Amino acid sequence: MSKDERGRATRRGEPYLDEPEAKPFWAACREHKLTAQRCSSCKKIFGFPPQAFCPHCLAREHEWVTLSGKGTVYSQIAYHRSWHPAYQDKIPYNVSLVDLQEGGRLVTNVIGCAPEEVIIGMPVEVVFEDFPDYTLPKFRPVK
Amino acid sequence: MANISGKYCIVGIGETAVGKRPDATTNSLHLEAIKACLDDAAIKNSQVDGLLTNQPLNDSHRSYAVKLAHMAGIDPLFATDLALGGATPIAMVQLAVMAIDVGMATTIVCVHARKRSTADPTPGHPIRRGDEHWEEPWGHFAAAGGHAFAASRHMYEFGTKSEDLAEIAISTRKHASLNKNATMRKPITLEDHQNSRMIVAPLRLLDCSLESDGGGAVLVTSAERARDFPKKPVAILGMGQHHPHFSLLDAPTLTTLGGKKSSEMAYKMSGLGPKDMNFAQIYDCFTITSLITLEDYGFCKKGEGKDFVKNGRITIGGQLPLNTHGGLLSQAHLEGQLHITEAVKQLRGNAVEPERQVANAQVGIVSGHGGSLAMHATLILGAL
Repeated sequence: MSKDERGRATRRGEPYLDEPEAKPFWAACREHKLTAQRCSSCKKIFGFPPQAFCPHCLAREHEWVTLSGKGTVYSQIAYHRSWHPAYQDKIPYNVSLVDLQEGGRLVTNVIGCAPEEVIIGMPVEVVFEDFPDYTLPKFRPVK
Repeated sequence: MANISGKYCIVGIGETAVGKRPDATTNSLHLEAIKACLDDAAIKNSQVDGLLTNQPLNDSHRSYAVKLAHMAGIDPLFATDLALGGATPIAMVQLAVMAIDVGMATTIVCVHARKRSTADPTPGHPIRRGDEHWEEPWGHFAAAGGHAFAASRHMYEFGTKSEDLAEIAISTRKHASLNKNATMRKPITLEDHQNSRMIVAPLRLLDCSLESDGGGAVLVTSAERARDFPKKPVAILGMGQHHPHFSLLDAPTLTTLGGKKSSEMAYKMSGLGPKDMNFAQIYDCFTITSLITLEDYGFCKKGEGKDFVKNGRITIGGQLPLNTHGGLLSQAHLEGQLHITEAVKQLRGNAVEPERQVANAQVGIVSGHGGSLAMHATLILGAL
């Protein structure tokens, strides 16, 4: 881990595509599918980040299911300061906590509208943004 | 449950000069705080038999409590480093009480220091909180962001406004202006707060705490042994913890935090309630943190924090003086270690600048808060 001028960990800004538990998630994103683990025992969605045992009932068996991509904004903020060079020309930008319809929450961006137009409680749907090495799920207001 | 209320005391405190300390290292700040604490308690290092400390954010400090104990000439029967973010300093005191109560040690120094304002030349690599890779790809990088989510949600649910958060920043700065060992001492106004630049909306610069160098320590022992120490002992009356989530992704809510259950346990242990508190040293990494904790601690109903903090109630001379040292917002950010030392000073009764002393301070509550609004610890302290 590299460090900044004050000795703190530098900020990475990219997902870890090879994290074993999360590999299927990132592979599905590449195909523009939003997926999550569903417990084979209690049938609940694990939530994120992906993990090896169900956080509700501790069962190990699970399946990856494709979600509807629908969700609701739990909270929203706007970054007016950049902590990473890649965001210097993007401020101010929205970051939202989106609660997914089937369960689980993502830190993500609501795009397709100005930051001040993102409102808590608004319904949103997934859109995928492709980068050279990975694909990120983001959300847009439901029309 | 065996009640430890009143059986253990803080008999020594130490604080280093805070702010920018280019002269210091992580190691030297810890040692400086220990020395100040042992001097205050008039005790030799050879008489201390336990040490608790924070896990520094650098991988060269593994098993740091043991390393630090031996750097300080302490041969510990009990030692460990804790990593509960801003709940760590209180959790150290709690663990010290438990260790002494079961007979594993008699006299434990709890020390916390960090170097976040100027470069730390200590070799090694920084360690991280964890799960940032589920936040950073979407541009979420900072503690300010996590707390802005809580502020945004609190505003949505209860109509709290930025101007309400400003009350906390203004009052806290006023207290810092009276504290010789505070970093930011120039009083601020509502206008200053509203004109300060937006960092992560809805939080402005003056809603955010400082980045500081410094350290602090407290010495914990039994009430029986406390009589042998020269300074007025301060009793530990109640303690609690609660950690209701780890990350923003699994938080059941961001408007009620661990402080609710943590304070309920501490109140129950002490037999006291919010109305008994003469002051509150409430973790203030951001203004919103204090507002939510005041509600969670039962000083007002959920959602009424915005009214509670107005009209001088939280300023010295008011009903519940809040962060009488200037807090993390204006004194220094040492993860709340100085919230504890300040509470002890207020309860000693003659240890702060006279204009900063809370009149007839007998009982006070202290909170710690860490991670993504995840960890929480509470102490209730009382004069003996």
